[in-house]
Amino acid sequence: MATRLPELIRKYQDSLLAEWIAEQRAALSRKLIKESELEEQCSAFLRAVGQGASSGDLTTLDGAAWKDMKELLTTVSRTRGQAGYSPSETAMFVLSFKKPLFARLGKDLPAAEVAAEQWTATVLLDQLGLFTTEMYQRAREEVIVRQQQDMLELSTPVVKLWDGVLALPMIGTLDSARTQVVMETLLQRIVETGSAVAILDITGVPTVDTLVAQHLLKTIAAARLMGADCIISGVRPQIAQTIVHLGVDLGNVITKATLADAFALALQRTGQTVVRVAAPRRKKPKETGKDRKDHE
Amino acid sequence: MTMERIPILRMGNYLLVTIQVDMHDRLAMQLQEDLTTRIAKDQARGVLIDISALDIVDSFIGRMLADIAGMSRVLDAQTVLVGMQPAVAITLVELGLSLPGVRTALDVERGMKLLEQSIDDQTFATRAHEDDGPGGES
Repeated sequence: MATRLPELIRKYQDSLLAEWIAEQRAALSRKLIKESELEEQCSAFLRAVGQGASSGDLTTLDGAAWKDMKELLTTVSRTRGQAGYSPSETAMFVLSFKKPLFARLGKDLPAAEVAAEQWTATVLLDQLGLFTTEMYQRAREEVIVRQQQDMLELSTPVVKLWDGVLALPMIGTLDSARTQVVMETLLQRIVETGSAVAILDITGVPTVDTLVAQHLLKTIAAARLMGADCIISGVRPQIAQTIVHLGVDLGNVITKATLADAFALALQRTGQTVVRVAAPRRKKPKETGKDRKDHE
Repeated sequence: MTMERIPILRMGNYLLVTIQVDMHDRLAMQLQEDLTTRIAKDQARGVLIDISALDIVDSFIGRMLADIAGMSRVLDAQTVLVGMQPAVAITLVELGLSLPGVRTALDVERGMKLLEQSIDDQTFATRAHEDDGPGGES
């Protein structure tokens, strides 16, 4: 039996549209998108249903006839997601169409056909609703992936603290991908600046497990092979406990509690000292920040 | 066929090796052979190996570098490896060859300084022991 849904939707397009919009207004307590935008989306939806139904197959969304519908729903879920609607509120866009449609079916069709037509409509609208949710989720995932990439690029600065001293303030969880980036940038900067000491500051690393420790040790081993010494700084008490409990062998890696301690050691290693400017009452301001002296 | 060789230059008490060509296994073995002979013959106190031009290593070359350091130590010469490229360092670490017994420096200049320093230390230590008189550790 051919379904009469498309025919009905076309025939009562205007009244269905009005009822549907009223329905959505009632369902959505928050007004995050414009009224005109909502109306436009709804009428586009009805047009797309008509087009999709012209393929004659209302049980599946595959096929060229539903292409417009899919594009529309993708746009709708994306804009609603950005506007701040929850997934269920976004799916409501499609699902709220059931009420006016079913009411119309009940009024217009002979009682014997109503059940069958309602089932067809439910299957179709459920599929469309699910598709909307899926698109909503995909949009969210894209955002997450983009942010991850941003974080990867942002979170690994190698700063030059002093002549021959580099610092790498690490922030956030260290995983394999990040460590790889960290390692490469650090080694590259060591070559560029000819720095003999690099300080790895892990104050911003929330937890250190065996994997993270291994990553750190690898970075340090690679730097050592190139002729630079690494100092780990910013080891918090909890992390010190974890490292020992895990049995991680930090070997002969130098660790310091704070970046300042590590910096002091680095200066000592490179044969430099920082001295206080001579007493302020002397009127000759001297900017002697550092005073090099030979290795002892 | 002429035998390719990596030149070994003598600078005072030290031997200087700069690897400018792609290392292949035969060449590496030849270097090992030549270097040990030269250390013994010239009574060199230190060996400086510059690998800044080396951008690919495999496990064999990595082991060869560690071996050279070990052999020199046996022959009473310090080895310093200088100018390793980041990619080479990462490869060696990933291969599990972190060359624990090898001293490293960023460039030839610093490597030379390190060599002089470590040999000074050693001489000083030896002298200190000699001052202890006979019966002291050698």
